[in-house]
Amino acid sequence: MAFPMTTPPVVQVEGLLHDYGPRRALAGIDFFVNAGEIFGLLGPNGGGKTTLFRILSTLLRPTAGHASVLGFDVARRPREVRAGIGVVFQAPALDRKLTVRENLETQGHLYGLGGRGLRQAADAMLSRVGLSDRAGDRVETLSGGLMRRAEIAKGLLHRPRLLLLDEPSTGLDPGARNDLWEQLRELRARDGVTVLLTTHLMEEAERCDRLAILSRGALVACETPRALKAEIGGDVLAIASSDPERLRPEIERRFGGPVSVVDGVIRIERPRAHELVPAIIEAFPEQIESVTIGHPTLLDVFIRKTGHRFWGEAAR
Amino acid sequence: MRRFLSATGALLKREVVRFLRERNRVFGALAQPVIFWALFGAGLRSSFRPPGGGARLAYGEYFFPGTIILILLFTAIFSTISLIEDRREGFLQGVLVAPIPRASLVLGKVLGGTTLALAQGTLILLCAPLAGIPLSAGILAGSLAVMVAVAFGLTSLSFCIAWRMDSTQGFHAIMTVLLMPLWLLSGSFFPAAGAPAWLRLLMAADPLTYGLALFRRVLYPAGGGATAGLPGLIASAGITIAFGALAFGTALALASRPGRSS
Repeated sequence: MAFPMTTPPVVQVEGLLHDYGPRRALAGIDFFVNAGEIFGLLGPNGGGKTTLFRILSTLLRPTAGHASVLGFDVARRPREVRAGIGVVFQAPALDRKLTVRENLETQGHLYGLGGRGLRQAADAMLSRVGLSDRAGDRVETLSGGLMRRAEIAKGLLHRPRLLLLDEPSTGLDPGARNDLWEQLRELRARDGVTVLLTTHLMEEAERCDRLAILSRGALVACETPRALKAEIGGDVLAIASSDPERLRPEIERRFGGPVSVVDGVIRIERPRAHELVPAIIEAFPEQIESVTIGHPTLLDVFIRKTGHRFWGEAAR
Repeated sequence: MRRFLSATGALLKREVVRFLRERNRVFGALAQPVIFWALFGAGLRSSFRPPGGGARLAYGEYFFPGTIILILLFTAIFSTISLIEDRREGFLQGVLVAPIPRASLVLGKVLGGTTLALAQGTLILLCAPLAGIPLSAGILAGSLAVMVAVAFGLTSLSFCIAWRMDSTQGFHAIMTVLLMPLWLLSGSFFPAAGAPAWLRLLMAADPLTYGLALFRRVLYPAGGGATAGLPGLIASAGITIAFGALAFGTALALASRPGRSS
């Protein structure tokens, strides 16, 4: 890692475990987030991301294990944690009936700001996210992208050192999504804010400095996106077929393994896999509908690490 | 402390601003009790037997304080039902992760509801002379204090119910089977005198009975037919305040429990 290890981690999680009744949502996970990182929690819906997010934002007490944020234990010292973090939830936490400015003012009062200091902080944050001209408008009149900006302005008003975002791109069009990332990067560069976000979008995960992949409550990987993809190496062939289950062992027998079927698509992942294409097509001309070749993506990493694919579910 | 007040004040202010921006809420909490008063007042005029046996108390006058209590109850319900929306829409989560004591959250909500109830109750109270109840500065001041105490208790109670609910439908069910009977049995609508023994027992167990008794005793400082057979002033005030404190304490305890696991 390129990050200096002189400062203690902003987030430190050890053996974190959470049960909802008999259902285990987090099965004892460990990771840390360094100061100044943009850290992503990637995983399918129901994989434990939201539980982890709620624990880190002090809304939920873990069943066992330990999580500290900015040096404070989230279960024992929630007040100190809360004062230092900004939280942007997936469901907008803005009051739609209030104006953007009124929302920021309410937020400021909750964080001990007031008077002129609060007005200046609100003005600065509004111009920062480009909402100065909409300050007097009710939140319910804003577009999804502007609402998310107001949400971030609200989360940053008290100048937190750590910003937690739950699925920040949900409901945003690609333009607004780019805006969001511009802002996160600028925030890190200008104020040294550390960012931790959850996502189920590969495209978003790709932009993080480091990623933790969560599946069924377990942490299956924690690395930079580049390192994760490098682990796979080579190319990935995706073969569409009318009967993938029958074709899979045939390919494996003829060309060697491993060959997997994920969501009805046969996947072969190995160095120089592209050289197999003509041979495979010639060997099974009837059964093959199409062959796609590509470099490994985070999706391939995910499939390799978890043995299942959540694309269809996540794309809903 | 300054921080606590600033946070509480901001949440209170939000309640009031929201209320003023939702015109139909103003209408709902105020209009229904007034319509009740007008219709029941007219319909029950001839069949009503006042508690003291005196024939001079008209039903419209008897029912008037109960109408105001109903306005307080409806306002309490409407303002705490927004907790369920706040939870669903996410505003509440934002407050829950703020570095403020939970007491600030509960107090902001309850005082917000109390303020709205007081404003609407006062509006109707000023019409008391139309119902045959004369007002004086003393009566007005006393009534305001009673309305604050009753509204505080009702909003706190309503908070307790709304806190764990995740649908407004569920809240409506509770409102029908718990909160409305609380009001019906308080002596707002019919006097305890003349009711069967089991009903009188229920009425005596209803904390709102004492809020209403207190209200009547303040409205009629000289006593007379309208206060005949009611619990005494001190006892009523004591029970009303105790109920408010208990309901608020419960609301605070509920809201302070960590980690809703949903």
